[in-house]
Amino acid sequence: MSKKITSVVVFSKEEFAEDVVIGLEVHCQLTNLRTKLFCGCSSEYRGEQPNTHLCPICLGMPGSLPVANRKSVDDAMMVALALKSEIAERSLFFRKNYYYPDMPKNFQITQYDQAGGIPIASGGEVSIQVNHENKQIRIRRIQLEEDPAKLVHLGSIDTSPYTLVDYNRAGIALLEIITEPDLKSSKEARVFLQKLRSILEHLGVSDGKLEGAMRCDANISIKKGNRVEIKNISSFKEVEKALNFEIARQRAMNSRGLKVEMETRHWDDVKRVTISLRTKEAEHDYRYFPEPDLVPVEISKEKIAKISQIIPELPDARLDRFVKLYKIPSYDAGVLTSDKAMADFFEECIKLYPDAKTISNWMMTDLLRWLHEKDIEIKEAKVTPQHLVEMIKLIDDGTISGKIAKSVLPEILNTGKTPSEIVTEKGLLRIASRKDIELLADRVLIENPKAVQDAAVDEKAIHYLIGQLMKLTKGKADPQLANQIIKEKLKKQSKSN
Amino acid sequence: MKSSYNLSAKEIVTKISRGESSAEECLSSFFERIDEVESRVHAFITLDRDAALQRAKEIDGKVKRKERLGKLVGVPVAIKDNLCTRDVRTTCSSKMLENFLPPYNAHVVEQLLKEDAIILGKTNMDEFAMGSSTESSYFGTTKNPWNLAYVPGGSSGGSAAAVSARESSIALGSDTGGSVRCPASFCSTVGLKPTYGLVSRFGLIAYANSLEQIGPLARSVDDLALLFEVISGYDQRDSTSIRASTQNYSEFLREDVDGLKIGVPEEFFGEGVDERIVKIVWKGIDCLEKLGASYSEFSLSTVKYALPAYYLIATSEASSNLARYDGLRYGYSSEVGSDDWSTTFSNNRKKGFGAEVRRRILLGTFALSAGYYDQYYLKSLQVRTKIRLEFEKAFKKFDVLAGPTMPILPFKIGEKIDDLLALYMCDILTVLANLVGCPAISIPCGFVDSLPIGMQIMGPMLGESVLFRTAYTFEKCSKFTDYSPKL
Ligand SMILES: [Zn+2]
Repeated sequence: MSKKITSVVVFSKEEFAEDVVIGLEVHCQLTNLRTKLFCGCSSEYRGEQPNTHLCPICLGMPGSLPVANRKSVDDAMMVALALKSEIAERSLFFRKNYYYPDMPKNFQITQYDQAGGIPIASGGEVSIQVNHENKQIRIRRIQLEEDPAKLVHLGSIDTSPYTLVDYNRAGIALLEIITEPDLKSSKEARVFLQKLRSILEHLGVSDGKLEGAMRCDANISIKKGNRVEIKNISSFKEVEKALNFEIARQRAMNSRGLKVEMETRHWDDVKRVTISLRTKEAEHDYRYFPEPDLVPVEISKEKIAKISQIIPELPDARLDRFVKLYKIPSYDAGVLTSDKAMADFFEECIKLYPDAKTISNWMMTDLLRWLHEKDIEIKEAKVTPQHLVEMIKLIDDGTISGKIAKSVLPEILNTGKTPSEIVTEKGLLRIASRKDIELLADRVLIENPKAVQDAAVDEKAIHYLIGQLMKLTKGKADPQLANQIIKEKLKKQSKSN
Repeated sequence: MKSSYNLSAKEIVTKISRGESSAEECLSSFFERIDEVESRVHAFITLDRDAALQRAKEIDGKVKRKERLGKLVGVPVAIKDNLCTRDVRTTCSSKMLENFLPPYNAHVVEQLLKEDAIILGKTNMDEFAMGSSTESSYFGTTKNPWNLAYVPGGSSGGSAAAVSARESSIALGSDTGGSVRCPASFCSTVGLKPTYGLVSRFGLIAYANSLEQIGPLARSVDDLALLFEVISGYDQRDSTSIRASTQNYSEFLREDVDGLKIGVPEEFFGEGVDERIVKIVWKGIDCLEKLGASYSEFSLSTVKYALPAYYLIATSEASSNLARYDGLRYGYSSEVGSDDWSTTFSNNRKKGFGAEVRRRILLGTFALSAGYYDQYYLKSLQVRTKIRLEFEKAFKKFDVLAGPTMPILPFKIGEKIDDLLALYMCDILTVLANLVGCPAISIPCGFVDSLPIGMQIMGPMLGESVLFRTAYTFEKCSKFTDYSPKL
């Protein structure tokens, strides 16, 4: 039934509807760890042959035992401190039992907050900025767990003739961060995830840009209706799409007088729809109980104090510093610090060129727009701080015009060539010689007699003529000079008439 | 001259290291004995003759070259079939793991090899260590060497029978709720359930992780202490392994129980305990008293809650441990395929597991289910804590606690197979040590109708030394460990 409904849903851009309630369960791989959570297998499985990063432990081979990676606890503590969560003195690992091919043992070692379970940290908050307003998103708990294997399908899960299992990912250390249902829109969800990712990147514990390193499940309800859980959202770019779809689906259900069922749905990123996985009645009973092969994680006050000392500058503090030190608007600083690579890029540029405002303007406008259009991260673009600064210096010394620079930047981003190379190759040097411009101006005036005539009475005609001159020089003419010369020549002509 | 198979492990070590006998000669003697009796006892699932012979030759080379020799040089050891042995199939007596070849050795096996022991093969057991009679094995029942019509106890029945029948010098078992002590008692051998965490469980195929320990079986306390010395000690691969200082347990073998305070819980002799056993075990306690110990009776009121708590915890953990045997990743895979996971898994599990294992998985699954968790699993953990506290209190007053190991005599094969409750009740005196985590030893204490009786001595956490000393003194006085079955 749900599938029928989905086929007629029209996507609508959802903006902060008061009746939407969203909570997220974010799974972040601790990518700074060299090994998996409970064994010595290398955690760098990306790009490797399937099922090659395995050992008896992460394969759950009979007789094998897990041993917790101590560094994962340090990572979790850093995240907890960054999110202002309370770290448990003693937390427990639990088993979550379910029969599914993604866990070799048919259970996952995780943490839990019920049935006597204690997660590594509880509470906390993340502040986000949406539409220039600050908002606190509360964190419910943070827990350590092992990543399940990756299930690979041919196209959509719905139609794939098989399921392939790659256990390389099984046992990778995950931090699950669960929010309270404080999010009001898909946009807030995206902004939250972006902020969270930036925090984790500043801590150096998780590189959220790696494929599958940051995934989430979302709980969503509308108008106090039933809560629907969406699983398998593989990146924060997808989260907005998945939530928009689901909000639209639930609205369509409501408007038709159909009841939204409490269920778990799967985000199919190929078909771009959510598909019903199971209803409430068929919900798993995970039979959580304490993992008997692991001892409790004990964390002393001294240890917490030690870890707090090595917490680096976080996005919020960095934002404040940007505003104070570089005198850029708070909004701009917020955007720049929402991505560690972006903020690092900015500061690298400033080292080479101290006019922060100019750097920030270029980044906030042309650079960001281009990245958005291409849907890539700054790390993936071929631009370096040296490139941007060199380009700005070319404008400063009059080699190119600002307008030309706007066409040079995408070229740098695409090719990785230096601005000088591009300017030379494409012949984009600015025409700053008065003589050259005068010659071209004469040609413009001759070719546009009507405009010349109108110019005497219509200011617009003058601008038209200047525009024609710029066009003729492909924008390379010094605009001020062009302006001056056209006006002078018109004056001369009108006198001579 | 005594055949080598009649020698104690200690004697074998001495003879081989002095060059009075070669490891190969000694091993052949054991294989002759195996050829003579194994067809009647059926203690082994897998015998690894070629590898054993190869090792014996290597050891003889070491002796010849005057290299450093291990503590168990040339001693043949039988290994329970739930302990992983590299490239030697490890079945847990289940169809599920009929062809499982582990790519690694259990920690205890590594330790044995390091000390130059020779592994004879893998012994029979109850399927996945679930049982007290070795009757639930997929590979047939092991017979009690004292009377072949009787069960050897379980679940480490094969290991106890192999030692008792002198097919092996010493053996390893595992004890989740009495699985070393029960067959030790039924086969008149010595068996120890160590303090939880003293022996690494790495490589032990789990039944109930929070309860079980790998334990030694031997014909004398001497050999038991020697084997325990080799297998115990910290191992970083087992997170529950404790960093206790390594002990030379043989040093505690003194005939001295002077001033030893024995606590005798009246519940150990209460309802359901065979009168004949009561009489014999009291005789044993009296014997210790004559040797200088004192005893007093007292009550352990929590004992009556132990059995249900034990079964709920054990089956809960088991239901999760055994989930991996679904025929997809591990275990028997039935030919009948299905497009649906659940159907495929269920099919494989239905056919791969025996009835008792399925029963315990169901019980454990039920106990952990939403709505029952609090009243079963969680309640059991609370009971466990209460029992622990009561034992802690008791060990403030007493050095050891003593009583029968088993409430009943060895029974006939097939006799109790349909009487589950009676079978479960057998564990009533042994599960306590597993719930508490404390060490307990079973030592031969006499016979009723030519069937062996064992006395259980329990000690405080890490109290193995006092157990060894008490058992050793009793053994020297009672001499029951000198008896051997006529086969
Ligand atoms: Zn591994």
